[in-house]
Amino acid sequence: MGAIGPVEAFRRRLEERALAPLTRTGRGYYLLVGGLLLVVAWGLYAYTSQLREGLVVTGMRDRIMWGLYITLFVLFIGISHAGTLISAILRVTNAGWRAPITRMAEFITVVALMVGALMPLVDLGRPDRILNLLLYGRWQSPVVWDLLSITTYLTGSVIYLYLPLIPDLALCRDRLLQGAPRWRRRFFRVASLGWRGTPRQRRLLGSAIGMMMVLIIPVAVSVHTVVSWIFAMTLREPWDNPMFGAYFVAGAIFSGIAGIILLMALLRKIYRFEEYITARHFVNLGYMLGAFVLIMIYFNVSEYLTTGYKMNEEVAFHFRQLFAGELAPLYWFYLLGGLLVPGLLILLPATRSVAGIVTAAVLVTLGMWAERYFIVVGGLRVPLMPYEAASYAPTWVEWSIMAGAFAGFGLIIALFCKLFPLIAVWEVAEHHEEEAVRVPRRVALAWAMTRPEGPERAGAEWPEPVANLEDTPVLGGGRR
Amino acid sequence: MPRWGMVIDLDKCTACQSCTVACRVENNVPIAGQRDSDEGRAIFWNEVIPVIEGEGRHIKGRFIPRPCMHCENPPCVQVCPVGATFKDPEGIVRQDYERCIGCRYCTVACPYGARYFNWRAPEFAETHASYRNPDAPARPRPVGVVEKCTFCVQRSERARRRAAAEGRALRDGDVVPACVQTCPRRARFFGDLDDERSQVYRLARSPRAFRFLEELGTRPQVIYLMEG
Repeated sequence: MGAIGPVEAFRRRLEERALAPLTRTGRGYYLLVGGLLLVVAWGLYAYTSQLREGLVVTGMRDRIMWGLYITLFVLFIGISHAGTLISAILRVTNAGWRAPITRMAEFITVVALMVGALMPLVDLGRPDRILNLLLYGRWQSPVVWDLLSITTYLTGSVIYLYLPLIPDLALCRDRLLQGAPRWRRRFFRVASLGWRGTPRQRRLLGSAIGMMMVLIIPVAVSVHTVVSWIFAMTLREPWDNPMFGAYFVAGAIFSGIAGIILLMALLRKIYRFEEYITARHFVNLGYMLGAFVLIMIYFNVSEYLTTGYKMNEEVAFHFRQLFAGELAPLYWFYLLGGLLVPGLLILLPATRSVAGIVTAAVLVTLGMWAERYFIVVGGLRVPLMPYEAASYAPTWVEWSIMAGAFAGFGLIIALFCKLFPLIAVWEVAEHHEEEAVRVPRRVALAWAMTRPEGPERAGAEWPEPVANLEDTPVLGGGRR
Repeated sequence: MPRWGMVIDLDKCTACQSCTVACRVENNVPIAGQRDSDEGRAIFWNEVIPVIEGEGRHIKGRFIPRPCMHCENPPCVQVCPVGATFKDPEGIVRQDYERCIGCRYCTVACPYGARYFNWRAPEFAETHASYRNPDAPARPRPVGVVEKCTFCVQRSERARRRAAAEGRALRDGDVVPACVQTCPRRARFFGDLDDERSQVYRLARSPRAFRFLEELGTRPQVIYLMEG
């Protein structure tokens, strides 16, 4: 075997690492999948009791007719914004560092949408009549807007996940020959659509991805806007808010970033992706999370200052329940644990580490759960007619279905790990090759230009072109 | 075509809740057990809501009988994804129990709290079997759907059939919902809000007349007469 260049060596190592989860399956994996399956089964069992007896087994009642299921619906659809944001927005802005994490982000989008879209079905009193939505659907109803926007988004995200997968599926087809079961080889052969990496194929794929990334952003924004409209289209005081769409989209992206940080941290640890997913990825996403902390604080201040200044009766009730009443623990947790502490963790250099940012992401996820909960339940608690205020607490059925939903989310991700490479191999390799050419040139240029003699004399002292790349962290290792 | 409406005189109402009972029997509204009732799951097509106003020596109790308001601009009808709730040609907000998917969006949208979901399959005690109303529009609702006051639509159908048999048009007072019929203080009135000769037409224009949450623009067809 002849000597190979560092770029080629990088590529081989990357392929090895990225495809390892597909070929090697440890005992831990089976244990994890088994555990998740058990929790999903428990959730399904809880659901059967709801099917048998009706929604009376939940904590919902006449005055609080939506609860944990709708909360989870909003939360999951929100988390699904991870993929679009990380992947499409960073692609559009040509942020090179995104390459190793786009695939995971797109996974989250698809899986969160699948799980999130199930939640309203779980909430239905008559799931057996679900087809009525197609038979008698009224376009005037926000529920139908949701149905349309979520199916559009799901279709778009699946395409957007699939397109950049094609070259990697072809790679699997070519590399995973020995020992792979027949169904698997066949799967990769069919799914890679005859990808050979010809210039024409590359051009076509490039323009398809380019088109999808531009299309998917407005779809994503509209999806969470429409989710908020479910609430904002009613006469309930705390929801009767023109800002709601923007507020929900911001919250969605916020929880989506937290979601991708968590998944990134987990998979990096499990599959030893440290070389590709570096501290820089965490810090960059941490900065985005930090920016959204500020946006969320801004929305909270504008909402509560404009309504609280006038403080009509319903607003007064709402303020009491949020700041000192039944929902106060959740609201304060959201403000302090979900916004303030994550903001500080990111702001302070001492905690701006992988561990600090992962902690922030955990807190944000919990905080956003709390936020979705008090938006749904709090909005319904504010009485418009002189009824006594009702209380709501989820029952074991609802908690079990929530556990099942999260376990199902993990389960689908775990299965995806065995079917598709978790890192976009070709994108990372391409980015690395670009950097390998660009970085030394830039470094040299910058170096030369700082010399008083000017660039023409600097040639002899240029740094070794590629050699120093090995020890710089791969992505964005170069000072740009 | 009539536009059915109701007038409730709060000055006459004694909060005896006969309307609630009559409604329950007429429309086969199941009686919630102690437990469901304590948990806040009890269907009331017509409910008498107690309101405490003021405090100390100036405390005052009020009572508001609340049927469905049958809004002219009903928020519940607007949001239903499958058209299971609709405004019938005579202005009554109706519910199609066979089409409802139980999403409860209408109950969320209704600011009056007049809509109820069947959290469990309705149960009727054996001893009440003889009281069951056999009329088709009042048949018991299945689990998992939303139900609400219909202004006793089965009674207006019956009144129309009778008038047709007698070869005449419907007259004011022909249609009498159960709550109106039973009210011992005659605090409730029912009729065509568009008919200038009807009692409700006249009362709806009383200086005491008001509608709940009028500022929301729902335009209820249940009009209250203020307590003097």
